[in-house]
Amino acid sequence: MRKITIDPITRLEGHGKIEIFLDDEGNCDKACLQIPELRGFEKFSEGRPAEEMPRITTMICGVCPTAHHIAATKALDDLFKVEPTSAAKKIRELMYNAFQAEDHILHFFFLGGPDFVVGPQAPAAERNVLGVIAKAGLEAGKKVIEVRKRLRGILRIIGGKPVMPTCGLPGGVSKQITEEERETIIDTAEYAVDFSQFALELFDDIVLKNKDYVDLITGDVYQHRTYYMGLVDGNNKVNFYDGLLRVVDPNGKEFAKFRVQEYLDHIREHVEPWTYVRFSYLKNVGWKGFVDGEESGVFRVAPLARLNVSDGMATPLAQEAYEKMYEVLGGKPVHSTLAFHWARLVEALYASERVLELARDPELTSSDIVNLPTRTPKEGVGVVEAPRGTLIHHYQTDDRGILTKVNLIVATQNNSAAINMSVEKAAKSLIKKGNVPDGILNMIEMAFRAYDPCHACATHSLPGGMPLEVNVYNSKGDLVKKLKRGY
Amino acid sequence: MEKGVKLAKPKVAFYWCASCGGCEEAVVDLNEDLLKVADAVDIVLWPVALDFKRKDIEALGDGEIAVSFINGAVRLEEQEEMVKLLREKSQLVVAFGACAHLGGIPGLGNFWTRDAIFQRVYKEVPTVDNPEGITPQEKTAIDDGELTLPEFYDTVKTLDQTIPVDYYLPGCPPPPDLILNAVNAILAGELPEKGAVLAPDKALCDTCPRKETKPEKLLIKEIKRPWQIKIDPEKCFLEQGIICLGPATRSGCGETCIKANQPCRGCFGPVDGVVDQGAKALSMIASILGLEDEEKMTDEEVKELINGIVDPAGTFYRFSLPASLLRRKRMEVK
Repeated sequence: MRKITIDPITRLEGHGKIEIFLDDEGNCDKACLQIPELRGFEKFSEGRPAEEMPRITTMICGVCPTAHHIAATKALDDLFKVEPTSAAKKIRELMYNAFQAEDHILHFFFLGGPDFVVGPQAPAAERNVLGVIAKAGLEAGKKVIEVRKRLRGILRIIGGKPVMPTCGLPGGVSKQITEEERETIIDTAEYAVDFSQFALELFDDIVLKNKDYVDLITGDVYQHRTYYMGLVDGNNKVNFYDGLLRVVDPNGKEFAKFRVQEYLDHIREHVEPWTYVRFSYLKNVGWKGFVDGEESGVFRVAPLARLNVSDGMATPLAQEAYEKMYEVLGGKPVHSTLAFHWARLVEALYASERVLELARDPELTSSDIVNLPTRTPKEGVGVVEAPRGTLIHHYQTDDRGILTKVNLIVATQNNSAAINMSVEKAAKSLIKKGNVPDGILNMIEMAFRAYDPCHACATHSLPGGMPLEVNVYNSKGDLVKKLKRGY
Repeated sequence: MEKGVKLAKPKVAFYWCASCGGCEEAVVDLNEDLLKVADAVDIVLWPVALDFKRKDIEALGDGEIAVSFINGAVRLEEQEEMVKLLREKSQLVVAFGACAHLGGIPGLGNFWTRDAIFQRVYKEVPTVDNPEGITPQEKTAIDDGELTLPEFYDTVKTLDQTIPVDYYLPGCPPPPDLILNAVNAILAGELPEKGAVLAPDKALCDTCPRKETKPEKLLIKEIKRPWQIKIDPEKCFLEQGIICLGPATRSGCGETCIKANQPCRGCFGPVDGVVDQGAKALSMIASILGLEDEEKMTDEEVKELINGIVDPAGTFYRFSLPASLLRRKRMEVK
């Protein structure tokens, strides 16, 4: 038996390690993506005052702190049974969409995009953000830095600081927006709408006009017929901030639609001894292992899943982009893992348009920003669509609002079974009769990078990707081949 | 003044331990300045951006790296090995951010044991369906072979409990201006005494925009939680009865939380000379609780007032439990 290890080395918080086992014929028999990461927020939050959770759970992820901040804040609304003021909801949703746009744009240009824009077979040294800039032009590169800086400026205005925002309170937010700040937000939102359209055009020019890329997207290696989950508004349109959770089956038919407070009736998690991550599945289908299809409870979340569960986008430009995507890829649902990248750009455009809509609403600068809770707290659940998928915070407290139990369903947990399957499928498709092609590293990496998994969240923010090493051993354990790459 | 590092292109390493990626985002938030920094130094290790070459680091001579910036608390054996290696190879080690400096939020794990965390995370949470009580193992035999995981330690440690640290960049995360100042000081060789925290040695109250509204003599008659009142955006939090760690916390953060109308939670750690930030905060609050009326109050009233602080340990040691004199909750002896 030969064993191949793909290990982004000793980066332990937020790293993944891929182990590939070959059978006697040299074909891939099994592949596992292990996550050696755990901090135990569910436990050490016990005993803390519930209102501190928006300021504690932000530290789960410094790349997506705003997602945890808002999920926690919404769990507090539910815990204290207090309705936020109308202005507060708008401020929160605006902040949330600014964050979503920034995060999505960055993923495309810095992480996922290079595979397409520069090319999956391009030399590794060029397959990074600098390669993207080389192909798209220096002006584009400057715009990427500018749009990130300005969108993060919105987070600074509303939340104090983009890494670890602090504005959420049960029933509202802590800070009022001034008219001057509103003007800045409008300018930024207009810039972001333009930029998101530019990013989609770039995708169109470089990816969609290249038949090889389209074949790659639609090809079998990256397909999984799974269930999908995401938040939708009252018209079944994509919404990141609020709504009902909708699940569709692999044929695109609605399987369930529920309030997040009912999540325990729908979601269960499976534990494996070889990884620190838990695997979510649909309770009413059941855990059948790492397999897809209608009989398996494995579901997917994040951009493509959200588009698959919805009937469209709530803003006009994003709706056009949504229609085009399904037209080109042959209708809903799309099962191609690589289409997550496209869906991400459609969502970036929606998020930018939504920021602009909300910024233009005069109520944004209202001083009525918080309703004080009056009810005795007991239990609350909050949900948002994080960039990487459905994120749920569930708190139970004593009657003083001190946490007694906490459960967190983090986006990447929901995708973790599917990510494993995608890695294994890519390995099985590519490794035959002991032949481990050099291109395999990136092909496998592409299988999980499309999900923008949070355990790679730090690689998310800078040029490059995870460095990988593949060691191929023969049955005696001798190293016969070594593949290595990094940016 | 220490003799500084004056190389044309000093070698610089960035590394992370138990952290969240927020410190990396903080570096990227240098925006255009990041390119200037990248131009002035030779980055030899940055797992987020560059090929990780542990053996290349091993091949370097002792002290060949001018400075290593290390973020995150230390919780896994491999992190410990890596920071020890970097210490050997580096002239300077900077603990970057609250987790490396004080233990940070992951340090709250020191209120519990590994077993308690595993019990909750893998067996008890209501979504888990795990009748066999499976928990992650360091070694797992599967049909095809064996899978391994790194050990999860019982106790979270700060960086300087693991290796000697030369300087500290505080904050969750450190703000861009302090990062830039630190890098420039190192490049120019203009460094303070070893062991210094590279931020102003002032309490946050001294630089707080609400300083003027902080009365000469504070008096808290009733503790308010941030959701119990409409917080006045101009007035000192303590004056409003809301616990704020400003008096016990170092300044330099740009008062970002205060500007978002939220009280300080202490991520910058204490000012120079204070060993235990939590004890300092506790004594500070105790000294202003009910001050004038103390003698008139019944024991019951005093108790009620103090009970208004609902989570003293988790509030006063929010970011600094591993660095404190307590370090962790005492383990039960089995």
